[in-house]
Amino acid sequence: MIFGIAVFPGSNCDHDCHWVISRVMGVKAEYVWYQERNLEGLDCLILPGGFSYGDYLRAGALVRFSPVMEATKEYVDKGGLVLGICNGFQILLEAGLLPGAMMRNRGLRFVCQYVHIRTERTDTPFTCLLKPKEVLKIPIAHIEGNYFADSDTLRDLRAHSQIVFRYSSPYGEVDDAYNPNGSIEGIAGICNERGNVLGMMPHPERCCEAILGSDHGKRIFESIIAHLQGLRG
Amino acid sequence: MQGVVTPELVKEHNLTEEEYQRVLSILGREPNITELGIISVMWSEHCSYKSSKIHLKKLPTQAPWVIQGPGENAGVIAVDESWAVAFKMESHNHPSYIEPFQGAATGVGGILRDIFTMGARPIASMDSLRFGTLDKPRNRYILEGVVSGIAWYGNCIGVPTVAGEASFAPCYDGNPLVNVFSLGVVRRDGIFKAQAKGVGNPVIYVGSKTGRDGIHGATMASEEFREDSEEKKPNVQVGDPFTEKLLMEGCLEAFQHDWIVGIQDMGAAGLTCSTSEMASKGGVGIEIDLDKVPQREEGMTPYEIMLSESQERMLIVARKGTEEEVIRVFKKWGLDAVVIGRVTDDGLVRVWHRGNVVAEVPALCLTEDAPVYDRPQRRPVYLSEVQRLDVGGIPPVEDLGDALLRLLASPNIASKEWIYRQYDHMVRINTLVLPGSDAAVIRIKGTDKAIALSSDCNPRYCYLDPYTGAQQAVAEAARNVACSGALPRAITNCLNFGNPEKPEVMWSFAKVVEGIAEACGKLETPVTGGNVSFYNETMGKGIYPTPTIGMVGVMEQVGDRVTQCFKREGDAIVLLGENEGHIGGTEFLEVVHGKVAGMPPPVNLDYEKRLHRLLVNLSRERLITSAHDVSDGGLAVALAECCISNDSPVGATVELREDIRPDFLLFGEEQGRVVLSVRPHGLPSVERLCKEAGIPYQVIGTVGGGNLEVSWSTGRISVPLNRLLEAWGTGLTRYLQ
Repeated sequence: MIFGIAVFPGSNCDHDCHWVISRVMGVKAEYVWYQERNLEGLDCLILPGGFSYGDYLRAGALVRFSPVMEATKEYVDKGGLVLGICNGFQILLEAGLLPGAMMRNRGLRFVCQYVHIRTERTDTPFTCLLKPKEVLKIPIAHIEGNYFADSDTLRDLRAHSQIVFRYSSPYGEVDDAYNPNGSIEGIAGICNERGNVLGMMPHPERCCEAILGSDHGKRIFESIIAHLQGLRG
Repeated sequence: MQGVVTPELVKEHNLTEEEYQRVLSILGREPNITELGIISVMWSEHCSYKSSKIHLKKLPTQAPWVIQGPGENAGVIAVDESWAVAFKMESHNHPSYIEPFQGAATGVGGILRDIFTMGARPIASMDSLRFGTLDKPRNRYILEGVVSGIAWYGNCIGVPTVAGEASFAPCYDGNPLVNVFSLGVVRRDGIFKAQAKGVGNPVIYVGSKTGRDGIHGATMASEEFREDSEEKKPNVQVGDPFTEKLLMEGCLEAFQHDWIVGIQDMGAAGLTCSTSEMASKGGVGIEIDLDKVPQREEGMTPYEIMLSESQERMLIVARKGTEEEVIRVFKKWGLDAVVIGRVTDDGLVRVWHRGNVVAEVPALCLTEDAPVYDRPQRRPVYLSEVQRLDVGGIPPVEDLGDALLRLLASPNIASKEWIYRQYDHMVRINTLVLPGSDAAVIRIKGTDKAIALSSDCNPRYCYLDPYTGAQQAVAEAARNVACSGALPRAITNCLNFGNPEKPEVMWSFAKVVEGIAEACGKLETPVTGGNVSFYNETMGKGIYPTPTIGMVGVMEQVGDRVTQCFKREGDAIVLLGENEGHIGGTEFLEVVHGKVAGMPPPVNLDYEKRLHRLLVNLSRERLITSAHDVSDGGLAVALAECCISNDSPVGATVELREDIRPDFLLFGEEQGRVVLSVRPHGLPSVERLCKEAGIPYQVIGTVGGGNLEVSWSTGRISVPLNRLLEAWGTGLTRYLQ
């Protein structure tokens, strides 16, 4: 089993994802340079957080023209798993692999802190080991994480159960008081209709070791690994 | 271009008559305009340390664990047999006043370059910030700009900002201080230096193109501000953290090979400084051809190219024959990389432009042979006046609970979450103790060890008595690091002062250096580098002497780490040290009585050293559940912080037995005290270790309940946690959106 971790100019959570996949989860991880066009052999591709191209123009706006994103579209069409974290989520939106857009946080400032998210769906490859409504304690760190979708898109998202995570209280109540960035309906993560692409603003790779304050992020990586093992029978 | 040098030009370049005579005698001729620019910037206070050099020699700089002391881009200390950390602190005060966002951002960019130039990967930053009081809109504007600038640069490049401090006083109106610290991790056999070696080796320019920005930035930092300072905006550089990220990755990749002989970043004084310092340290010469320098604008003169402070640039001396490989790595990262010259054997910095030599100056003239001054000193008159304090005349305070709330709401003490929430403090997943405790703790991946960081200075103490204030800054920084469970090992510093040509300022500076030297010697925490920032004056009004100390400690086992907040009901509260009710120079005296007066609390360095070692032992033995240094606001504030600086606040009941005036007992700031919490069954062991260390120990209370309750022989206060939280949590934000 091999996880690919994309490296764009300006990615800065690529090392963290590599550490977690290889050292914490014990699975092979490989960096994928942004000019790569061949993703064959990868079981899952992670688009890590950071400031690709410095967020110039708009977060994620420039990266979608990179060769690896062309390849990612084909990879997704063939059913490959793609997890976009933070800037990776922004890139997936810009590339049209997920619907909606990001705005600046309500409050207009960068926010780095622990939040709680509630699992809205457990039948995806990324959440298959989680319990319904399971709450994860997980960090966020972004300035453009205020997810927005128009009413038609929202209706589609709901109709196809594409909302995977919502910001919540430690006990799973979803309310504006627990929404750190103004994201519509408290959305923290969504998947595509087929369920093989997940984008999320919180950083699961930052909470995979108890020593860091939470290891809830491991539940997501464990889910992906269990899903992949299941596929192999 | 060989412009004529007139006396007016010499004066405009901030050279004195004597200094110009010195130029003539070194060169044996008149300089041309380019040479005048080169020499004057290298002889500026900012680059030459001409006023501070003779004093800085007094600082202790060596210890068995020090791998690199002052003189390189950063100091380096050993962590274990294989790993080391490189760290340094620098000021970016002047630019941050003129353009807060870019001024602070480029400060972060500069210090990060200092770290990765050493071959180290930066893993943590911290920032020590001083502003005027927040009732003035201009100071709020500067605070917001500085914090967003630091956030923008640090977050983008992906180096966590894990600790720091922010304090406020009227003397920083018009003179804000932005001191930025960064630390990186490096293999002991992979350290690089800023030396040119090997005649004929290629000199390679990498990174951003050179533009007209930042010309005379170093000179600006060597003058007082006048009314027209706003007009200096074009002297402030503009940062590009994205390019610096690429530059950092490119450098760290190139370092993996046996290609690079020496490397220096282009910060203050740009190409001028990097060529002359590398040549001078290597005992060689360097010649460069400006036609090859990547340029962002057309028609730049040699003067402009040599003095530009465009950011995100590096100068590399590579082994001959490897230049193509070095260039290939930087091209991969999308950066310019060009051979612009070579190492020579004549000790000269020689600059070519369009086929002519436009400057030829001995490298030593620009560095070692720069002027050095022993400037006159005089004890400031204000000292005797402010040091006098009629303690008996301080009126008693009726409601001490209310006084506690006022102190917690003082921006100097209040929660700094509004600031650190804007910084990514978790990226690189090493931050074991997040901002908000005495020290941040960062693990070193691949080892069992961690590094603890704290930056400290109480400028009020330094104003009232520079010598004691400086000692206290070192002692407190060490105490904070020790409270987290790490052994204090070394410091870097930023010495921020007013105009050194004023004898009073120079006297304070000399006293501060003596104080640091004494403290660092006794505490065995040598100084491995830092910087001096003079001329922090606007319209003749200067700042408090502000020697910011950045302390680095090493923790043997990540599991030893301790944080400041109380953890569980029923734990015993232990006070190390003795209550004496020292009220001079305290936050209480300023906030409640509007007075900055008295002598600051004295520091007993031998005692401090024993205390720090005791704290490290207590954490290694896993005997304590929390440890918090008693500092600004005294014991009552420290206890409140132990209760509320946690995700789940918890109360405490404390009984104090000393027969001391209650306001002084609660809010006095005598040094060397630490509040611990201990499981009850652990008390005998803690007591034994304290006795062995000769540190006073007393159980003063118990963790638990919904209030902080403190009683003494004649009275008590009891304040609900939510009121403490509200005061402390909104002390800063009430001034901001």
